[in-house]
Amino acid sequence: MDKIKKLTKQQLFLPFFCLLIVLLINLIKSPTFFNIGIQHGVLYGRIIDILNRGSEIAILAVGQTLVVAVSAGTDISVGSVMSLSACGTCMMLAGYGVNSTTHLAVPMGVGILFGIFLGGLCGAMNGALVAKLKIQPMVATLILFTAARAVGLLLCNNQITYIRYEPYKYLGNFIPGCPIPTAIFVTIAVIAVVSIFLKKTALGLYIQSAGINSRAARIAGINSALICFVCYVICGLCAGIAGMVASSRIYSADSNNIGLNYELDAILAVALGGNSLGGGKFNLAGSVIGAYTIQAITTTLLAMGVSTDQAPVVKAIIVVIIVVVQAPTFKEWIANNEAKRKALRAEGGQQA
Amino acid sequence: MEQNELIVMRDIVKAFPGVMALNHAQLTLHKGEIHALMGENGAGKSTIIKCLTGVYERDAGEVYVQGVEGNVFNHSTEDAQKIGIATVYQEINLCPNLSVAENLFIGREPVTKLGTINWRAMNKKAKEIMDGLGIKIDVTVALENYSLAIQQMIAIARAVDMECKVLILDEPTSSLDDNEVEKLFDVMRDLKKKGVGIIFVTHFLEQVYAVCDRITVMRNGGFVGDYSISELPRVKLVAAMLGKDFDDLAAIKPEGTQEIDPEIMLKAEGLSHKGTIKPFDFEIHKGEVVGVTGLLGSGRSEMVRCIYGADKSQTGKEYMKGKEINIKSPLDSIKEGMAYLPDDRKADGCIGELSVRDNIILALQARNGMFKKVPRSKQIEIADKFIDMLQIKTASRETPLSQLSGGNQQKVILARWLCTHPDFLILDEPTRGIDIGTKTEFQKLILQFAKEGMSVVFISSEIEEMLRTCTRMCVMRDGEKVDEIEGDMTQESVMSAIAGGEK
Ligand SMILES: Nc1ncnc2c1ncn2[C@@H]1O[C@H](COP(=O)(O)OP(=O)(O)O)[C@@H](O)[C@H]1O
Ligand SMILES: [Mg+2]
Repeated sequence: MDKIKKLTKQQLFLPFFCLLIVLLINLIKSPTFFNIGIQHGVLYGRIIDILNRGSEIAILAVGQTLVVAVSAGTDISVGSVMSLSACGTCMMLAGYGVNSTTHLAVPMGVGILFGIFLGGLCGAMNGALVAKLKIQPMVATLILFTAARAVGLLLCNNQITYIRYEPYKYLGNFIPGCPIPTAIFVTIAVIAVVSIFLKKTALGLYIQSAGINSRAARIAGINSALICFVCYVICGLCAGIAGMVASSRIYSADSNNIGLNYELDAILAVALGGNSLGGGKFNLAGSVIGAYTIQAITTTLLAMGVSTDQAPVVKAIIVVIIVVVQAPTFKEWIANNEAKRKALRAEGGQQA
Repeated sequence: MEQNELIVMRDIVKAFPGVMALNHAQLTLHKGEIHALMGENGAGKSTIIKCLTGVYERDAGEVYVQGVEGNVFNHSTEDAQKIGIATVYQEINLCPNLSVAENLFIGREPVTKLGTINWRAMNKKAKEIMDGLGIKIDVTVALENYSLAIQQMIAIARAVDMECKVLILDEPTSSLDDNEVEKLFDVMRDLKKKGVGIIFVTHFLEQVYAVCDRITVMRNGGFVGDYSISELPRVKLVAAMLGKDFDDLAAIKPEGTQEIDPEIMLKAEGLSHKGTIKPFDFEIHKGEVVGVTGLLGSGRSEMVRCIYGADKSQTGKEYMKGKEINIKSPLDSIKEGMAYLPDDRKADGCIGELSVRDNIILALQARNGMFKKVPRSKQIEIADKFIDMLQIKTASRETPLSQLSGGNQQKVILARWLCTHPDFLILDEPTRGIDIGTKTEFQKLILQFAKEGMSVVFISSEIEEMLRTCTRMCVMRDGEKVDEIEGDMTQESVMSAIAGGEK
């Protein structure tokens, strides 16, 4: 009994629990769910599909987690920034005004770095608005939420730019000879870099301190504003990387559709991960699990024949449940009940 | 319940995860009585009050309130207000971004005939209330612009102004100066005459003996006794609180006059911060303890904030050990060997949700820089050392700081600075809200640090406390450093310097 209680108190309990439920439902619905096979030399199956398709959300969730922790607000521009990054890269690779190319104008690495750099730049702008000018995160990032796609469209001269160059498809698909989708590697790399950085440096402590009480953190020698700025830049870079993956999947820059509504999934992933949207303490692993849970839900819904338009309804219901479970009053109520039981037990002990 | 009993609480039990905050506590309040509730930090004083006013729900026990049938269960503070219990909590619970007047009348704003808020009437009444307490401020300005002390007075004014039969004050005086305390006492005596019962929590023994009629002592969440003032002299009170006999508090002043080390630790020339403090000079030697005194709002805290760089100084120069230093932010000062314990613990000190360990190593980590993480084993070692040394009462080193009682939180913040081994330590009201036993410990610690060569600036509202520790005092008035006194200082000489006697 006590063991179960301890388990439910763990921060990772909620995300794991949700994921488990989704997987269970799937298993009951279609027993072949967990089957993994090989077709045309690459891995194939529902699970692989979820891991592959969930990459963008997972990468975004990493950045979003830090932003939420440090500023008690969300970066709603990440979806649009993904699209801008993709457009920037394709514009570089194809050359301005070209709408389809088989020859690259610049080396592929340069184009990709440029796209990621654009993401970082957007993050820097968001960060400056939030950290220096103290604008509410939601409002500050609303600017790029609306503007980034338009800028992307400008970069691509109002058209969809295709890069018909085989290696450009690797990132979002498969590298010849490797059966595992490349996006999974990219995600692992992003998570690894960020979590090693958090582990080896004191950034995590700084972020949490600044997020909980920025005044006190400053007095204790932490540059709260700088830390906040850095988190937004990291978030922007993540959006850039996610944009690369998304663009590579369709070997083009479709400004209006790349990363559409991804900001919602990213935020939801953070919340599902057991992280408080009120900032402060955070858990990266939770967010990542949350991201894959959301992808699992989406994939499941689509497999069950729910249309793409209706999937958000189910997600909305999940959000409501999470928000309620996380609300301080609800938590207090649970804690109180438990303490009461303990007190009664203590009383009983005394009388005995 | 007898005729003149206002409140009877019996066998109150309240558990928090990990602690029994109240274990069969009790409290009885009579009509027209000022009742002191005493106990060390963490004894459960605030908790028993919160159980009464509905902030917490008790796990067991009975509560009777005059004029209410049967066992009373308040589920929210509004419930308590409805049955005539007004409360000022230890942590100020006002809205910083609303005006003073709004804060005073929140939830009971005067309305015009149209049903909208009557701002004119509200501001006028607010002004009257504050004037009545002798506080001359602009009531239309947002609360956050005023010092902690004034905010505290506003919280008190708000409670006092509500028609009530029971008034609860949880450590209201911890940030007030003598004058303001006296005004508060006048108000309390006035209410007492009208038959209001008052529960008064304080750590200042003098205050208990100045206004109170009865004393309830608590220890470790339990009830120790309910005494009338005359049957419980100070020493016995302290003994009851600590659960042991207590040796003399005063005997810690160092014997004789010590030699002052000629080495100057820190020197400031013409530092100032616009709007809070006019240019001042300051000098402190190695191993010296210097006090900064003055009325509240005289610029005591502002002066040290300016030295430390919490507020960046706009003029002047600073020298540390003879070398000119350029302080742009607190981090610069930390790197120069300074440490600063702020007076507003909640806003400037605590990172509430982080663990005691994280809170302790925070400044050390900041000084090391982000890329030189203090290894976890080292963190644990440091945290354990200070928990032990300062006798911090906490369930474990991983307990969130917010779950500790105020005095223990203060010790954690002190530990945060001590582990950076500062050369120059600024303590702004370190003993506020701390029980008397710990207070003495703090004073002893300060003297010990000085002996080891640390320079300490010490600010306290209790002159007595500074007399015991400081060799010199800077006197502040109206945001200006007006005087410095040393040598044979007495309570009177300091007071007259503060008041600017000769003029
Ligand atoms: N909200 C809370 N959660 C957990 N523990 C608490 C909480 N509030 C108080 N405590 C614990 O209960 C005990 C009594 O605290 P408190 O009533 O604040 O003491 P004090 O007598 O100093 O006012 C302390 O050990 C404190 O750590
Ligand atoms: Mg208290």
